[in-house]
Amino acid sequence: MEQRVIEAEHIVKKFGNFAAVDDISFYVEKGEIFGFLGANGAGKTTAMRMFCGLSRPSSGKGMVAGLDIWSASEKIKSRIGYMSQKFSLYSDLTVGENIRLFGGIYGLDEERMKKSGDMLLKKLDMYGEKDVLVKSLPLGWKQKLAFSVSVIHDPEIVFLDEPTGGVDPVARRQFWELIYEAAGRGITVFVTTHYMDEAEYCDRVSIMVAGKIVALDTPANLKKSYGVNAMNDVFTIIARNAGRNE
Amino acid sequence: MGMKKFISLVGKENRHILRDRWTMAILLIMPVVQILLFGFAISTKIRNIRVEIITEKRSEALNRFVSKLDANDYFIFKGYLNESSDIDSEFRKDKADMILHIKGNLDNMSGDPLQNIEVIADASNPSMAASEQLYSLKLIRSFFDRGMKKAGKKGGIHVKFLYNPQLDSAYNFVPGIMGLILMMICAMMTSISIVKEKETGTMELLLVSPTTPLNLILAKMVPYFMISCINLATIMLLSVYLLGVPVSGSLIWLCVVSVLYIFLALAIGLLVSTVMDSQLSAMLLSVAGLILPTILLSGMVFPIENSPAILQWLSCLVPARWYISAVRKLMIEGLSVRFAIMEISVLAGMALVVVSISLKNFKNRLA
Repeated sequence: MEQRVIEAEHIVKKFGNFAAVDDISFYVEKGEIFGFLGANGAGKTTAMRMFCGLSRPSSGKGMVAGLDIWSASEKIKSRIGYMSQKFSLYSDLTVGENIRLFGGIYGLDEERMKKSGDMLLKKLDMYGEKDVLVKSLPLGWKQKLAFSVSVIHDPEIVFLDEPTGGVDPVARRQFWELIYEAAGRGITVFVTTHYMDEAEYCDRVSIMVAGKIVALDTPANLKKSYGVNAMNDVFTIIARNAGRNE
Repeated sequence: MGMKKFISLVGKENRHILRDRWTMAILLIMPVVQILLFGFAISTKIRNIRVEIITEKRSEALNRFVSKLDANDYFIFKGYLNESSDIDSEFRKDKADMILHIKGNLDNMSGDPLQNIEVIADASNPSMAASEQLYSLKLIRSFFDRGMKKAGKKGGIHVKFLYNPQLDSAYNFVPGIMGLILMMICAMMTSISIVKEKETGTMELLLVSPTTPLNLILAKMVPYFMISCINLATIMLLSVYLLGVPVSGSLIWLCVVSVLYIFLALAIGLLVSTVMDSQLSAMLLSVAGLILPTILLSGMVFPIENSPAILQWLSCLVPARWYISAVRKLMIEGLSVRFAIMEISVLAGMALVVVSISLKNFKNRLA
């Protein structure tokens, strides 16, 4: 059996009477690219924040990187990477300074910092931009840089919260090449998105509606069981059904 | 390992500040500008009071008195008037700020000379009139003192100003500016810099990293703490060497109290940042909730003793009130630290309360 790096059992997050995350259970295997889909407000980000230790569930059990999210949330933090929906580097620092900062707070030593930093710049073909302020880079570059920085410490899992918002399809395609490359290194990728073409790139996807996971399978199986040819259609059918039930 | 992470964070905060050259410049120049403004432009000290004298008889003693008056920095002698002159029109035509009416002959005056001299001042600006009157009484007093002693007579009330013999307003506002600047830089700038990270979303990035919230906050405070120390030194150097306000008490205790106040102000900034979500609201709250009370209720500009009771009670909540009072005692009056124990304890108590509330708030926001 594959090793499970994320496990969620009956996780609930309530704000007052409103259940933003309403009893979800699933697992993610090591090295998998797991797509966490859903419309805006479906509870994706709320669920993800609980796995990253940014908030605590109201009830339910969860394990991330083999550690309990209730008792070991601080330990989990050094084993994961995170890139948020909003742009997540310091725009008034240079490319090199951002790399050093995040290398530093994730506890990389001098030697490893230099090695990983150089490798990262070479891979992104940004060696010439090392001393450029991040705010003067194009958005697509910033996002690729942000992703590379979020895995600079070789985490077990990287959480990506709508990482490609606002960039063109070509830049998105390049971004996904970086994701595949990280997954190839054994880093598990947990990604939320509402671009359905991106859902096709995932190994497995879950679809959340109103706080619940209503579908979870490989993109191919989902398309087959809904009898359609694209993930976009799967999503449309699910959204329509959800609308009818309300 | 923990230390290395902390140093990375401090380095980042330093760069944020150093890279924002204009803000940095303003932070460093602000105390200089304020000292210059308060020291030279907004002086409550009165110079060049124009004096006219009404007299029946010009005596030798009067001549000596007038030359002494004219030689004094505070007064300019403008001329003599007759008994019949229209005093009102002299003021209305703005020929004089003050008129002395000398009855009888100064050469052989019987009794207290002050009983024979009338001081008439334009009180449309009451605080100016009061100062003019004080200065002139002092001058008259000292002029007649010698003669009176010779005659074996005793004068009326003696006025003596302790600690600030020149009635120099710098003695009052230097502690005030220290209280104001430190509050502005520490509280306002820390709160803005933390809230800024909430706004841009980078705060989440730091919170999912293995750094502890305490490290994160301390790293934010370090650069502002350093800037505040530089400002403190600037203010003290300017006030000693430019305005001539001495540090009469213990410099070490003055620094200890200031560091305590800086720490409290930083903690208040943190508290503001846990309550507010945008830079604008953080700034408004800092200005309305911290800076204005510091100016209005701390005794910096208006004496608290004259305010209504409710404002006096409110002013007890303003940290600057205690700090300014402590600085007055330690710096101006040169008292030993045991006279400022009350102020120091209040500041320390406030710091403890604010730090614990804001740390708790900061952690709660994560849940």
